[in-house]
Amino acid sequence: MTAATATEWETVIGLEVHTELCTATKLFCGCANNFGDQPNTNVCPVCLGLPGSLPVLNRMAVEYAMRIGTALHCTVQSSLFHRKNYFYPDMPKDYQISQYDVPINADGWLALPDGRRVGIERAHIEEDTGKSTHVGESGRIHGADYSLVDYNRAGVPLVEIVGRPDLRSSEDARAYVDELRAILVATGASDGKMEEGSLRVDANVSVRRRGAPELGTRCEIKNMNSLRSLGRAIEYEAARQIAILEDGGTISQETRHWDETLGRTSTMRSKEEAYDYRYFPEPDLVPIAPSAEWVKAVADALPPMPADRRAAVAEAAGMAPDADPVVTVVRLDLDPLLNAAVAAGADGELAVKRLANEVAAGLEQASTLDPRAFAAVVGMESRSELTTAQARTVLKELLEHGGDPAAIAKAHGFEAMAAGALSGVIDQVIADNPGEWDRFAAGEDKVQGFLIGKIKAATGGNADLKEASALLRARRG
Amino acid sequence: MTANPALDLAAAVRRGERSAVDVLEEHLARVDATEADVHAFNTVLGERARVAAGEVDAAVARGEDPGPLAGVPIALKDNLCTRGIPTTCSSRILEGWQPPYDATVVTRVAAAGAVAVGKTNLDEFAMGSSTENSAFGPTRNPLDLSRVPGGSSGGSAAAVAAGYAPLALGSDTGGSIRQPAALCGVVGVKPTYGVVSRYGLVAFASSLDQVGPFARTVGDAALLFDVIAGHDPADSTSLPGAAPVASARLGEGVEGLRVGLVTELVGAEGLSAEVVAGTRAAADALAAAGAKVDEVSVPATVYGLSAYYLIAPAEASSNLSRYDGVRYGHRAEGAADITEMYVATRSEGFGAEVKRRIMLGTYALSAGYYDAYYGQAQRVRTLIIRDFDAAYQSFDVLLSPTAPGTAFPLGEKTADPLVMYLNDVCTIPSNLAGHPAMSVPWGAGADGLPLGVQILAPALGETVMFQVAAALEAMAPAGPGSSAR
Amino acid sequence: MATPISTADVAHVARLARLALTDEELEQFTGQLAAVLAHAADVEALDTTGVPPTAHPLPIDNVLRDDVVVPCADREEVLAQAPASESGRFRVPRILGEAP
Ligand SMILES: [Mg+2]
Ligand SMILES: [Zn+2]
Repeated sequence: MTAATATEWETVIGLEVHTELCTATKLFCGCANNFGDQPNTNVCPVCLGLPGSLPVLNRMAVEYAMRIGTALHCTVQSSLFHRKNYFYPDMPKDYQISQYDVPINADGWLALPDGRRVGIERAHIEEDTGKSTHVGESGRIHGADYSLVDYNRAGVPLVEIVGRPDLRSSEDARAYVDELRAILVATGASDGKMEEGSLRVDANVSVRRRGAPELGTRCEIKNMNSLRSLGRAIEYEAARQIAILEDGGTISQETRHWDETLGRTSTMRSKEEAYDYRYFPEPDLVPIAPSAEWVKAVADALPPMPADRRAAVAEAAGMAPDADPVVTVVRLDLDPLLNAAVAAGADGELAVKRLANEVAAGLEQASTLDPRAFAAVVGMESRSELTTAQARTVLKELLEHGGDPAAIAKAHGFEAMAAGALSGVIDQVIADNPGEWDRFAAGEDKVQGFLIGKIKAATGGNADLKEASALLRARRG
Repeated sequence: MTANPALDLAAAVRRGERSAVDVLEEHLARVDATEADVHAFNTVLGERARVAAGEVDAAVARGEDPGPLAGVPIALKDNLCTRGIPTTCSSRILEGWQPPYDATVVTRVAAAGAVAVGKTNLDEFAMGSSTENSAFGPTRNPLDLSRVPGGSSGGSAAAVAAGYAPLALGSDTGGSIRQPAALCGVVGVKPTYGVVSRYGLVAFASSLDQVGPFARTVGDAALLFDVIAGHDPADSTSLPGAAPVASARLGEGVEGLRVGLVTELVGAEGLSAEVVAGTRAAADALAAAGAKVDEVSVPATVYGLSAYYLIAPAEASSNLSRYDGVRYGHRAEGAADITEMYVATRSEGFGAEVKRRIMLGTYALSAGYYDAYYGQAQRVRTLIIRDFDAAYQSFDVLLSPTAPGTAFPLGEKTADPLVMYLNDVCTIPSNLAGHPAMSVPWGAGADGLPLGVQILAPALGETVMFQVAAALEAMAPAGPGSSAR
Repeated sequence: MATPISTADVAHVARLARLALTDEELEQFTGQLAAVLAHAADVEALDTTGVPPTAHPLPIDNVLRDDVVVPCADREEVLAQAPASESGRFRVPRILGEAP
C-alpha cells in the first residue's frame, strides 16, 4: 500500500469494551468476586448453574452500572435481562444472562481529550464466563488434548460498553480506551486493569473510500489485551481490508482473532456460522426499574470525571485541556496538589509543569508529598525566589526525604539574590572579561553564553539566569 | 367434617400419643406391600426417614414442638433438590446426581417436622401427562394398575392415593399437579405463581412452574400449603409480603360466594360427557349450598393450549441446555471433542418427549420465528390475564373440569403428542395467568375411576379457593379415591 | 402464517440444540412439530396489535440482593459430581473454537 492510496481510505472503528465490576460478590450469587483464588473455590449452585438454582441480582452491580451510564451521559432507564443461548464449557448454564433490547444505559457519549465526542450506544449489565486452561503440547486451544475449566470467574458482573463507529484511527481507538478506562476507574466501578482481563476490548473495523457515505463491511477483532495490541490489530486489519479492496476483492463479515506474536488477525468464525443466540426475556429475573431518586442519588454522588478535572486544570494553568501536562496531571491524579498550590497563591502554569515533570517522575513518593510544601516551592519559584533549576532540586529532595522547602533551599545555599546583588556580580564579570564584553556589546550574541556561564559560576548557580541575560542586554543598550 | 390424615397424625405426634417412627413404619409397610406394582418412587428413603422420624420423636420427648407437620410422611417429586439424595427428574441425564443443596420447599417441610419417605417418579423433566415418559419406567395408578396416574407428578399423586404418605409435593407447569390429582382421586393444588419458592425445583418452564401440595383432603392440602407458602429471597420471582392463608376459611361454606362456570373450559376440545356432567353437578351443588353460580366466558382461554406449547418448550429448551455432561450427571463416553460430547451426551441422556420439546422450543425462539411464535404467545398470555381479570370482576372463583376424562390405559395416548397435550387444556390457562387453581375429587366415572373438578381463583385468591374446595369436598359424591386409608 | 417446518429446519434446530437425530427421528419429529405448530396457527393468526407481551405473570421489579459474601460450596462436594475433573477443575474434551 502506498502513502497515496492510504490517504484515499478511511478506517472506521467501533469498540465494545467489557469491564468487570469491583463488587464484593458475583452478579447473581453471594460468592466472592476475587481474582486469582484457587480454582473452583468461589462457586455455588447458582454460579455453577446447578439444576434448580436461581439468580438474585446484586444491588451494587446495578449501582455501578448506573454510575458508568451516568458518567457516559447515557439515559439510565428501566431494563430487562435476557438469556443469550449458546453452548460453551465455560458457560455453566449454556446461556449467558445479559441485557438485550432494553439495556440499563442507552445513548450517551464520551469526550476524547481533544473534545471530540464518541457516541455510546449502550452500556449494559451481563455475567462473565469461567476460564478454560488448555492442556497439551501447544498450551493453546488449538492442538490441545483436553481442557480444564475453573468457574471462579463465572457470574462475575460485567458492564459491556458498546461504542458507536465514530473512531477513525488506531490513535483514536487508543485514546478512547484510555479515556474510558479513566472514567471507569473514576466511577469506582472498575479497577481498569487490562492486563488482568478486568477490561477487555473488541474492535469492529471497516474501511471505506474517503467521503463515501456508507460504512464498509466490518470485521470484529477479538483477543487484544493491551492498548498496544489494540492499536497494532486495528492497523493490521485496516491494511488487510484495504489491500483486499484495492485488489478488487470484497470483505466478508466475520470475527477475527488477533495473534500478538504473529502480529496479525485470522478468521475465527464467518457470518455463515454465526450463532443463533435465541434471546428471550430471562424468566428467573424481574425488571430493574431504578427510581428517579436512585438515579439522581447516583448522579449526585459521582466524583468529577477526568474531562471535568482536565478542564479545571487547564483553566488554572492557562493551557488547553488536551495539553500534555494537563492530561498527565489528571491521569496521575495530581490535581489535588495543583489545587493546594494555587490556593496558596502559586502560579498555576508553573505548578502544572512541576507536577507533570518532577512530581510525575517521582510518582511513588507523590502520595507522601505535603501539598503545603509543594505549594511553597512553586510559590518561591513564582516569586523568583528560586530559579527553575533550584526549584527542581528542592522538589526532588522534598519528594525523596520530605521536609521544609525553605530549609532545604537554605541548606543548598539557594539564597534569593536581590536584583542589586546580581547587578554587582555582572559588573565584576564585565570587568574581568573586557574582550568578551566588547564583542557582546558590538552585537555578537553568541558570546552571551560565555558571560552567563561566568555569572552562574560567580553566584554558585543561585542567579536567575533569565534575569541575568535581561540585565546583560540592558547594559548593551 | 372429613377426617384429615395428615392433620390428625401431626396432632397425635405433637401430643406424644403416636410416635413418628411408628407412623413412618406403617407407611413404609404399605410401600413394601404394593410399590413393586405401582412404582411411585424413584428412591425410597428408609434409613434417612427413620433418622428424621426419630428426631421428631426426640423433640417431642424433650417437650419441644416439632412443627405443624410433626412426623407426617411426605413424598417429594424427584425434581426437587435434596442434598446428598439422588435427584433425577426421571432422566438418564441426571442419573446419580446428588445435589449439594436442598430446595427451599424441602427445607420448609423438614423444618415443619415432616418426614420425607422418598422421591417420586415423574414424566422426564415434568414433560408429560401420564408419567409414562420416565426413564425409569411408568408409574401405575394405584386404583387400577392398568391405568396411568396422570402426570407429570404421577408418582406423587400415586404415593398419596396408595397411602404411602398422606402428603406429597409436586410441581405444576401446565396441570402437572391437578391432572394427576384428578386421575388418582386426591386433592392437588397449583399455587399463585410466586407464592411458593422455586429455588431448588429443577426448572421446566420457569415462568409457569410452581410447587404445590397433594393430599387426600382439602384440609391436609391447606396445611401443607401454609407450610410451603411465603417469600423466599433466593427466588427473584417470589412475591413479597405475607402469603394467603389456605386454612383460614375452611368450613365457612359458600353462602353468597359468586362462582363462574367457565364456558370455554366446560366446552373444551376432547372432554368426556361424564366430565362435563360432573362439573355441572358440582356447580349445582355449590348453588344449592348458597353460592351464586353462573356461566362466564373467558374467551382467550381457548388459545391457552397453543400458547403454552410455544412458551413452555421455549423456556425448557434454554433451561435444559445445561445438561451438557460437563459439571454433573451423565456424560457420553469416547467423544473426540466437546461438541461431539455435548451431542452424544444429550442424545443418549434425554428421552423422546424431552427432545421433542427442546426442538419445538428451540425452533420457536430461533431467528425469524421469535415474533410469530414465542412473542405472540406471550401476547396471548396478556389476553388471557385480561379476560380472567374481567371474569373476576363478577366472580370470586371459577369452576371447570380438571382433566378430559378418567385415568386412561397405559400406552393409549403415547403415539400422538397432541392427543396427550390435550390432557392439560383446562389446567393450562391458570399457569399462563399465574393464578392459583386446584383439583378436588368429585365422584367417579362409569369405569369406577375418580373424576375431579377444578376451582380457579384470582392471583393470591387461595383463601377463597380452599374455602370453596372444602365445601365441594363435603358435598362430593363417593368416589374410589375417597375411601379412607 | 409461517411456512410449514421442513426436515431441514428440524435438522438445523437439532444442531442448535446439540441433539443428534436418526433419519427416522428426523422424519417423525418433523411431522410432530408440524402438527403442534399447526395447532398454534390460531395463536399465530391472532391480531395482537397493541397487546404487550407478558414475561412475568405477576409484575414485580427491583428484586435486589445486598453485596455481601456468603460461604461458597465445598469444592470436593461439587467436583465429586463431575464426570471428570483434574487439579481442582472440570475436565472436558478438546474445545474446537474460541467462545463467541
Ligand atoms: Mg456481551
Ligand atoms: Zn456462586
